[in-house]
Amino acid sequence: MNEASIQPVTTREIDRSIKTPALHFLMCAVFWLLAGTVLSLISSVKLTNPEFLASWEWLTYGRVHPAALNAMVYGWSCNAAFAVALWIMARLCRTRIRGGGLLQAAGLFWNIAVAVGIGGIIYGDMIPVEFLEMPAYVTPLMLVSYLGIGVWAMIAYRYRRCEQVYVSQFYILAAFFWFPWLYTVAQIMIVFAPARGVVQSIVGAWYAHNLMWLWLTPIGLASAYYLIPKALGRPIYQYKLAVPGFWAFALFSSWAGMRQLTGGPVPAWVITASIVAGLFVIIPVVITALNILVTAFGNFDEVKRNPTMRFVVFGAASFTLAGLIGSITALRRVNEVTQFTHFTAGQFQLFSYAFFSMVMFGSIYFLIPRLLGRDWPSARLINWHFRACAGGIVIAVTALFMGGLIQGWQMNALDESGAPVYEFLKVVGNTGFWLRARLAGEVLLLAGHLAFAVNFSWLLAKLVGSEIAGKLPDWIGPTFGKVPEVS
Amino acid sequence: MKNFPLFFCGIFFTLAFSWAGLVLAGHIQLGSLNTTTERIDGETGKPVKGNPLYPAAPTGLAMQGKQVYMSMGCIYCHTQQARRQGVGADYERGWGDRQSVARDYIWEDRVLLGAMRTGPDLRNVGSRLPESEWHHLHLYNPQITSESSIMPPFRFLYETRKIKEGSPSPKALNLPAEYSAPEGHEVVPTRRADALVAYLLSMRLDYSLPEAQLTQSQ
Repeated sequence: MNEASIQPVTTREIDRSIKTPALHFLMCAVFWLLAGTVLSLISSVKLTNPEFLASWEWLTYGRVHPAALNAMVYGWSCNAAFAVALWIMARLCRTRIRGGGLLQAAGLFWNIAVAVGIGGIIYGDMIPVEFLEMPAYVTPLMLVSYLGIGVWAMIAYRYRRCEQVYVSQFYILAAFFWFPWLYTVAQIMIVFAPARGVVQSIVGAWYAHNLMWLWLTPIGLASAYYLIPKALGRPIYQYKLAVPGFWAFALFSSWAGMRQLTGGPVPAWVITASIVAGLFVIIPVVITALNILVTAFGNFDEVKRNPTMRFVVFGAASFTLAGLIGSITALRRVNEVTQFTHFTAGQFQLFSYAFFSMVMFGSIYFLIPRLLGRDWPSARLINWHFRACAGGIVIAVTALFMGGLIQGWQMNALDESGAPVYEFLKVVGNTGFWLRARLAGEVLLLAGHLAFAVNFSWLLAKLVGSEIAGKLPDWIGPTFGKVPEVS
Repeated sequence: MKNFPLFFCGIFFTLAFSWAGLVLAGHIQLGSLNTTTERIDGETGKPVKGNPLYPAAPTGLAMQGKQVYMSMGCIYCHTQQARRQGVGADYERGWGDRQSVARDYIWEDRVLLGAMRTGPDLRNVGSRLPESEWHHLHLYNPQITSESSIMPPFRFLYETRKIKEGSPSPKALNLPAEYSAPEGHEVVPTRRADALVAYLLSMRLDYSLPEAQLTQSQ
């Protein structure tokens, strides 16, 4: 790049350029987080008491459950990812996000599409394919509005003002490129020009797995790689492994998605390829664990004190665990037990919540004070948020794992004469305790999210209050909303 | 990452590689499967002339029932795939006398394999539970037929109405006393309930394919 064109941009200018769109994304994210939590709470109650809200067709389990999943993935996770990843990208590229208005408009359309899509699921228009449930009429809007958002990561990178490229930029650029590709291929091959027979199921498994591994995971890892050295003031433990780790991740994890089809009506080689790839995925998982966790444990006192770090380190540890469990359960003998049980729901929770959502919480706690130039109003609410969510997700995932293992074992158990030991309804009944324990965990999650939402709204109210106070004519006087700014 | 085009090629090819290796290769192998007879002619290697072709095409009401099945999200608790004998207990539970194979699904515009067995597999439910009355009672309130089930009731697919003077509907459900409709009323399946039951009864894994023979026919 031409040296003369490089003019220094201050961090403050960068933050200011993305402030409004990022806040917009985060407000939507918090809304969807609450909506998704309430919906998943309803669906969890329904699994313990089938008569709960049973008279309304639009609240039947088979609709509330996918609505909750979509609210959490496309509502909460994607909005949080947009805000955090674009901000990290702008900072690492040392460049302002221009055209914030366009970004904001695209974000608005994304959220309209998600709202219409979830409404469509509840109404009964759903496409019963995991993570593609939103009806076909929102797909074009989703894709176009996504392009209006994702393109800013590319533009920021194109106009970067520093030569050094950090591993977080690899992850973010790749994720923003992979997601539209995955989404387009899946929509074409499943919805708009459906492939014949079980090829659809292969595409579906490929999409669902890669949505987690090639879209949410890279954003989560990019945030952890960015925040941990920054908040701890320590270099990454083995940075030279980070870039090979990225390529190993890209190459292997995209092959590992067919594990959920084990034993199904698909060619055996498809499954075998995924099992082998799943074992290779252990390499990037271990590299990331080394880099992020070893760096963090080098200064554990700060991790305990700093709210951002607590969330991010919890998330990174969950990623390691989720990655290893994923590879182990892919093995055919293990999969025979865990497949089709609540264990798989536990794996999804461990991945999408204990890893990704926790990292996003930590990132948001770090990001907001820097965007707004003022600190969170309540440190106590942050503490409650962490305790409730960490405790809640540990309870929920443990319950799903235990319940799932027992369910899988009892479903498969045969006596000496070759007949099933447990009647099917008996197996269902034995999951009851674990499903109630999961419900208790989810109640805690809701409590944590409320603490987060209250803190966030409080901050916004103060901000709006002080802005209004600044614009009020003098004769009204500075009567309210005067809040001292933090540096 | 000094070289952006190289980086871009890298991330492009990693995903293209997995797409080609799993999705495209799967499509090439399975995308042109066709109907065939239960056994293949030993000499020509072609379907036996004059024998019926399988899988059979689905019929009208069952197709409509599939739409109900899809819109109710039944897939979140029920699979439609039987694993071979020796894997799990699918065979022992009567969920399929043979494993289901790719050819079984070629007629389906939406394949509903499912990934969760909170409830039992349904690929063979039409053979396991052939009574439509049982399915109606079970859908109206699962507790009637399956005590301690956690399946939600689908009462909204049934109409509770006044019995017309002296002519009760022949389709009215024969409910046990504690679930019965108020005096002078009857519970009648709506068209959607009839369609859903027709769909459930249409799922039968009772024919052989050259690559998957029923165990009894061997």
